[in-house]
Amino acid sequence: MSTRALLLRRHSVLPGFNLSLGFALLYLCLVVLIPLSAVFLKTFTVSWSTFVGAAASPRVLASYRLTFGASLLAALVNGVFGLLVAWVLVRYRFAGKRVVDALVDLPFALPTAVAGIALTTLYASNGWIGRWLPFKVAYTPLGVFVALTFIGLPFVVRTVQPVLEDLQRELEEAAATLGASRLQTFAYVIFPALMPALLTGFALAFARALGEYGSVIFIAGNMPMVSEITSLLIITKLEQYDYTGATAIAVVMLVAAFALLLLINLLQAWARKRQGR
Amino acid sequence: MSAVMEPTDPLAVADADAPAAARPLAPPRAHDAVSEPAWVRRTLIGLALAFLTLFLFVPLVSVFAQALAKGLDVYWAALVDSDAVSALKLTLIAAGVSVPLNLVFGVAAAWAIAKFDFRGKSLLLTLIDLPFSVSPVIAGLIYMLVFGLQGWCGEWLRDHDLKIVFAVPGIVLATVFVTFPFIARELIPLMQAQGQEQEEAARVLGASGWQILWRVTLPNVKWALLYGVILCNARAMGEFGAVSVVSGHIRGQTNTLPLHIEILYNDYQFAAAFAVASLLAGLALVTLVLKYIVERRAHAAFDLEKTQ
Repeated sequence: MSTRALLLRRHSVLPGFNLSLGFALLYLCLVVLIPLSAVFLKTFTVSWSTFVGAAASPRVLASYRLTFGASLLAALVNGVFGLLVAWVLVRYRFAGKRVVDALVDLPFALPTAVAGIALTTLYASNGWIGRWLPFKVAYTPLGVFVALTFIGLPFVVRTVQPVLEDLQRELEEAAATLGASRLQTFAYVIFPALMPALLTGFALAFARALGEYGSVIFIAGNMPMVSEITSLLIITKLEQYDYTGATAIAVVMLVAAFALLLLINLLQAWARKRQGR
Repeated sequence: MSAVMEPTDPLAVADADAPAAARPLAPPRAHDAVSEPAWVRRTLIGLALAFLTLFLFVPLVSVFAQALAKGLDVYWAALVDSDAVSALKLTLIAAGVSVPLNLVFGVAAAWAIAKFDFRGKSLLLTLIDLPFSVSPVIAGLIYMLVFGLQGWCGEWLRDHDLKIVFAVPGIVLATVFVTFPFIARELIPLMQAQGQEQEEAARVLGASGWQILWRVTLPNVKWALLYGVILCNARAMGEFGAVSVVSGHIRGQTNTLPLHIEILYNDYQFAAAFAVASLLAGLALVTLVLKYIVERRAHAAFDLEKTQ
C-alpha cells in the first residue's frame, strides 16, 4: 500500500507492472547505477588536494584543452554541414539521394577502431587525401578534429531532418507573398524554426566527441601536451595502476557529460514547445 | 528620378510595363516563391556531396581498398588466422550475451513505462539514457573500480580464484553497459505512441499478461524491436574503448575483433588490419541496409494505419 502511494500509479487493468518495473530497476542498478557510483565513491575517498593534483596537472589540462577545443570545432563544422546536408536531403532531388541518406548513419554503425585506422591511412602524408594537402593532418591535433568531425556527422543531420520535413511550406509562401527574398525567408522564418533542433544536434555531436576514444587514438599521434586526448590519458593512468588519477579525470569528464545531457534535455523540451506538441 | 525620366522616354515606360502585363499570363509556378534558383540548388547539393564524399564515402571505400591492396591471399590469410578466429569467437560471445540481456530489459522497461503511469517515470527515462553519455573509456573504468584488483570485490575475487577484468566476463559486462539503452530507446517511444487500448481489449477478452505480450504488444512493435536488436548488435561487435580498458589485450584469449585490428595495425600489418576491419565495415553496411528496410516497413505500417 505504501509503495503504491509512493509510486502514485494510476490504476490499470493490465498486469505485469511490478514484475516489469522491478526487473528493469534491478537490471539498471546492477549494470549501470552501482558500477557508475564506484567512480564517485572512489573520488570521495581521496583528499581535495590529491584530486586537484590528479585532475588538473599540466598534462591533464593540456588534454582538456585539446579534447574540448577539437570537439567544439568538430561540432561547429558538423552544425554547418549537417544543416546543409539535411537541407539538401529534404528539399532537393538528385541521383543517389536514398543511398546518400542511408549512408549518413555510417559513423553510428561503423566501429570506431575501423574509422580510426581508415582516417589515419587516408590523412597520412602518403595517403589518398594526405598527399594532396600542404600541411600534416595525421599525428597532429588537426587529425583529432578530423576524427571527431567524422563521428559527430550524423547527429545534426538526424535531428534537423525531421523538423525540416515537418516545416509548413505555407509559412514560406506567406513570407514570399509579403515580399521577403528567399534569403530573408531562410533567415527569419526557416532558421528560427530549425534552431532548437540544430542546437540539440550540435550539443549531441559535442557530447559524443568529448568521450570519443577509438577513432581518435590512431590518428592523433598521442604526444603528451600536444595531441593526447583525455580518454587516452585515463587509459594511460590505468595502465600505470594509478586508479585514483584515472578516476579523478573521469569524474571531471562525467560531470561535463551530465551537464551536457541536462542541456540537451532542456533543448529538446524547448524544441517540443516550439513545435507545439 | 524615374518620375523625371518617364515622360521623356516613353519607350522605357512601355518596357517597364510589358513584363508586369505579361506576368498573369505566364503559367502559375507556385514553387518559384518557395524554392531557390537552379544554380543555388546545384551549388548546395555539390557542397553537401563534397563534404560527405570527403568524410564518409572515401573512408568507407578505403577500408575495402586497403584490405585487398595486397591481394586476396593476404586478405584470406588474415581472416583465417587463429588469433583472428578466436577474436571473432569472443566478439560473437560478447554480442550473444549482451543483445538478449538488453532485449529482455528493453521489453520490460518499455512495458512498465509505456503501459503504466507512475511517479518518477521521466527520471527513469533519463537513467536509461545514461550509458549514452558515459564515454566508453569511463564505462570500462567503472568495471575496473568494481572488479579490478584494487576495486571493491578485487580481493574477494582473487581469493576465490575468479577473474572478471582481463577476462571474458569483464568484456561481456563492458559490452552490456555500452549497449544498454539501444533496444529500450527504440521500443519506449513507439509503445507510448501506441497506447494501451489494444492490450486492454485483449485483457477484457480474457488474455493473460504473457499472452498479451506475445500476441498483441510484440507483433505491434516488431520492426522497432528488430531495429533495436540490429543497432545493439552492431555496437556490441564494434565496441572498442570500453572493451579495451577491461580486456588486458591477451592475444587469442581476451581480444575482440576491434582490439585485434588495433594490434595488427600497431604491428604495421596494415593489409591484415584492414582485412579484419572490412568484416566489421561489412557488418555496418548490413546494419544500414536493414535500417533502411525497417524504416520503410514502419512507414508503410504507419501509412496503412492512417488510411484505415
